[in-house]
Amino acid sequence: MFAKRLLEAAGLSPREALTGTVPTRRAFLKGAAGAGGALVVAAALPMPAMAAGPAAPQVVGPPEPRPLAFIRIGTDNTVTVLAKHLDKGQGIVSGLATIAAEELDADWAQVRGEHAPADVKLYANHFFGIQGTGGSTAIANSWDELRMAGAAARAMLVEAAAQRWKVPVAEITVAKGVVSHAKSKRTATFGELAEAAAKLPVPQTVTLKDPSKYTLIGNPKLHRLDHVSKTDGTAVFAMDVKRPGMLTAVVARPPRFGGSVKSFDATAAKAVPGVRDVVQVATGVAVLADHTWAAIKGREALTVEWDDAKAETRSTAQIVEEYRKLAASPGLKAAAKGDAAKAIAGAATVLEAEYVFPYLAHAPMEPLNCVIEMTKDGGCEIWAGAQFQTVEQQVAAAVLGITPDKVKINTLWAGGSFGRRATPNADYIAEAAMVVKAIDGRAPVHLVWTREDDIQGGRYRPLVVHKIAAGLDQAGNIVGWRQGIVSQSFMVGTPFEPMLMKDGIDATAVEGAADMAYAGKIPNFQVEYHQGKSPVTTLWWRSVGHTHTAYAKEAFIDELAAAAGKDQVAFRMALLEGHPRLQAVLKLAAEKAGWDKPLAKGPNGEARGRGVAVHESFQSYVAHVAEVTLDGRGGYRVDRVVCAIDCGIAVNPDVVKAQIEGGTGYGLGHALRNEITLTDGRVDQANFDTYEPMRLSDMPPVEVHIVPSDARPTGVGEPGVPTAAPAVANAIAAAGGRRLRNLPFTREGVA
Amino acid sequence: MIRLTINGQTREVDVPADMPLLWVLRDVVGLTGTKYGCGVAACGACTVHMDGQPVRSCQTLAGDVGDAKITTIEGLDGKAADAVQTAWRNLDVVQCGYCQSGQIMSAIALIAENRNPTDADIEAAMDGNVCRCATYVRIKAAVKEAAKLARA
Ligand code: FES
Ligand code: FES
Repeated sequence: MFAKRLLEAAGLSPREALTGTVPTRRAFLKGAAGAGGALVVAAALPMPAMAAGPAAPQVVGPPEPRPLAFIRIGTDNTVTVLAKHLDKGQGIVSGLATIAAEELDADWAQVRGEHAPADVKLYANHFFGIQGTGGSTAIANSWDELRMAGAAARAMLVEAAAQRWKVPVAEITVAKGVVSHAKSKRTATFGELAEAAAKLPVPQTVTLKDPSKYTLIGNPKLHRLDHVSKTDGTAVFAMDVKRPGMLTAVVARPPRFGGSVKSFDATAAKAVPGVRDVVQVATGVAVLADHTWAAIKGREALTVEWDDAKAETRSTAQIVEEYRKLAASPGLKAAAKGDAAKAIAGAATVLEAEYVFPYLAHAPMEPLNCVIEMTKDGGCEIWAGAQFQTVEQQVAAAVLGITPDKVKINTLWAGGSFGRRATPNADYIAEAAMVVKAIDGRAPVHLVWTREDDIQGGRYRPLVVHKIAAGLDQAGNIVGWRQGIVSQSFMVGTPFEPMLMKDGIDATAVEGAADMAYAGKIPNFQVEYHQGKSPVTTLWWRSVGHTHTAYAKEAFIDELAAAAGKDQVAFRMALLEGHPRLQAVLKLAAEKAGWDKPLAKGPNGEARGRGVAVHESFQSYVAHVAEVTLDGRGGYRVDRVVCAIDCGIAVNPDVVKAQIEGGTGYGLGHALRNEITLTDGRVDQANFDTYEPMRLSDMPPVEVHIVPSDARPTGVGEPGVPTAAPAVANAIAAAGGRRLRNLPFTREGVA
Repeated sequence: MIRLTINGQTREVDVPADMPLLWVLRDVVGLTGTKYGCGVAACGACTVHMDGQPVRSCQTLAGDVGDAKITTIEGLDGKAADAVQTAWRNLDVVQCGYCQSGQIMSAIALIAENRNPTDADIEAAMDGNVCRCATYVRIKAAVKEAAKLARA
C-alpha cells in the first residue's frame, strides 16, 4: 500500500510510473533554528501540487533507454551494473545486475555490481521522484529501465561488431558475453567491442527478450555478487571508512525523547587521551576523538544536565492505557461500509479482542554511522549506507550552507536497515553534518552510533493498539467487523505527509487493515484510526503498518474461524474469493505443509498445532504455515515453517527465498521477545543483552515456495515479515495454548 | 607500546592497555573485517581467534593479549577456513554481510575441532553470533556443508 499510495498521490498507475514521465522534481528545504537551538531540517519530495509551477515536467526515467547511466563495459571484459538502490542485505545489487545482464546476454561471471552515485536526474526511484530505496520498490521500478538499458547496450555491441566485420546486424548473435557471426566464424568479447560500441549513438528503441528466453532472470543457481567480498572481510561498509585526519564522533543525546541540553561540562572528557574536541550540536553533545574507543570513553566522562521540560515522562503502561481508551472511542474512518455496529449487535456470536504491539527498534547489525568530509571545491563528500540519497544531499547541504549538487555521496554496502537508514529528515546524516559544521569542517568526521544509541535512539516501530469486534451469523459468516487502530504517525511534519496522510488518517498505520481482502465478503466493515501522540520518535520498520495489521487481522480471523467451527484454510479461502493470488499462496503453503493431514503429537505426547496466516503487502502475496510443539511447561518450540510467495517474476529465486527466510526470522524474532519499553520516559533496554535478538537456536526450519508467475516483479524485502508471527501465534492456539494478543509473546506466556 | 601478533605479523601499537582489541584492530591497525555490533559480548560480530580459540575482541583488552596469536578474517588459511568460506559461498549465506566475519570465525573454530557437529554442537558454537538479517537457516546448512568439505 505504501508504494501504491505514493503512486496514487502522484496520480499515476504503476504502469505509468514505470514507463511514463514522472512529475517535476522540485524539492525545497525548510531550514530553521527552532526553540532551544534545535535545527529543523526537512527536505520535501516532489508532489504534483508542488510541481504546479513554471518548471516544465522533467522526465527522469523511461521510456528512453539509458544504458550509459547503468552499464559500464570495461576493456577488461567486465560488465559493471550501477545500482541506484541501496543494498542493505536484500541482494538488490545482484538483482538489478541480473535484469540488465539478461538483456545484455552477459556471462554472469563477468558481471559486477556497484552502487550508483547520488544523482536524482539519473537515478530517481520512479515511485518516489527522488533517489531512494524503500517500500520494496527497487525491482519493480527498475524492471523496465534496466531491461531497456541492457538491450540498448547489447544493440550497441552488436552494431560495433557489424561495422567491424562488415556483416549485417541480423546475422549476429550474442550469448554469454560473446558476440558471434556464425557464417564467418568470427567472435568478439564484450571487452573487445567496448570502446567501439561506446562511440555509437544510443538506440532510441529496443526490443526486449521474450521471457521464455531468459537464462539469468529466474535462474536459481546464480550467486549473489557480494558472496565473496562479504565472506573474506573485504566488503566495505561506512563503518570501515578511514580518511586522513579523520575524527570519530559519538554524541551524548537526551535520555528522554523531547529533552535537550541544559548545560554540560567537558573538562573530564577532554582529559581522556585521544579526545580532540567536545562540541554542542542540536541533538546533544558530540565528543570527537582519534578513534572510536577514545570517543566512547570521552562521552562517558562527560557531565551533561538535561532539560526535560518538553520530554516524554510517561511509562509504557500509561501510554498503553491511554491508547486503549482511545481505541474504544470513535475514530476517523479509514474504511466504512454498511453499519458495522448494528450488524455486530444483532449477530449470533460476537467476538472481541484487543491487541497491543510494542515499540520496536530496527537494530540493523551495522549501527548508524557515516563519514563527512569537506572538499576543496567548497562541497562535501559523504560515505554512508545511504538510503534516501536525494534527501541526504539536501539536508547535508542545508546544514553545511552549500548547494545539494556539491554533496557527493558514496553509497556503500549497508549492514542492514529494516527502514532505519531511510528517514524523512536524514537524521544521522544531518547530525554528522552538524558536527562537521561545529568544528568548521577542519577534519573529516566519522559519526558513530553505538548499539546503545541505536536501541535507545528512537525512530521505533510505533506502539500500536488494535481493538476489534466482529459478529458471526448462525451459519458462521462474518456479518460485521469493526476495528480501531491507535498509533503515532511518523508522517506528520515530514515531506511524506501530503502523500500518505489523507483526512487525518495515516495510510501507513491502517494499511493491511482498511484495505484487507476479506472485507469484500464482510457486508458491514469499519476501520477507525486514532493518532497517538508522544515525543518518542517513530518510523517505518520492515513492512511498516503490516507489522501489526497483518497480525491483528490474521489472529482475529483465526478466532472467528474457530468460533464458526470452520477449517482455518477453508474459512480464509472462502473470504478471499476474487483474490486469486492470495488464494493461490494460501493453497500452495497449505499443500506443502500437509495441512490436510493431521499433526501427530510430540514424541512425549506433547500438544502440537498448526497455524496459518496470509497477507498482501507491497503488491506481493505471502502465506505462512507454522507448526509448533507446546512443551507442557509453558514453553514452545516452532518446529517448522512453510511459506509461499507470489512476487510476480522471481528475478533471483534464491534471493527471494533468502528474503523470505530472513523476513520470517525478523517477524518471528521480534514477536518472540522484543519490546522497547519506557519507565518515566526512559528506555529500559540498552543493548542486545536487554533487546535480545533472535538467535540461531530460535530459528525454525523455513521452506519457501515461489508461485510461478509471468506478472511484473514486485518486492520481497518486506513481505516475508507480516505473516510469520501470526502463523506461529495461531499454531500455538491450535495446540491449546493461549491466544497471544499482547506482544511480545514473553509478555503473557503461551500456556 | 603493546606488541601484538596479528595474522602472523608483529605489530607495535601505541594504545592504552584497557583498549579493547576490537578497536585496536579496526581503528589502529586498520583491519576492518572484524566488526563492531554491540561492544558487550552479546552479538559475536567482533569474533577473532586467539591461538585458534574464538574470542570476542570487544571484551579482550589489548593489554591482556600477551603472546597469543591473533587471527582475523583477513588472515585465514587452513582446511577448516577454506571449508567454511567455500560452504558460505556455495549456499549464498550472506545478506547484509555485517555479521558474517564473526559467524565465519565462530564456524571455523567449531569445524577445526569437530568435523561432525550435531545440531546441538552447532547451536552451542553459533548461538552467540547474532544475525539481524536472520540468515540462520543457511548458517546451519553451511556449517554442515563445511563439515562435509572438511572431512573430504
Ligand atoms: S561487538 Fe563484540 S560481541 Fe558484539
Ligand atoms: S547478514 Fe546481515 S546481520 Fe547477518
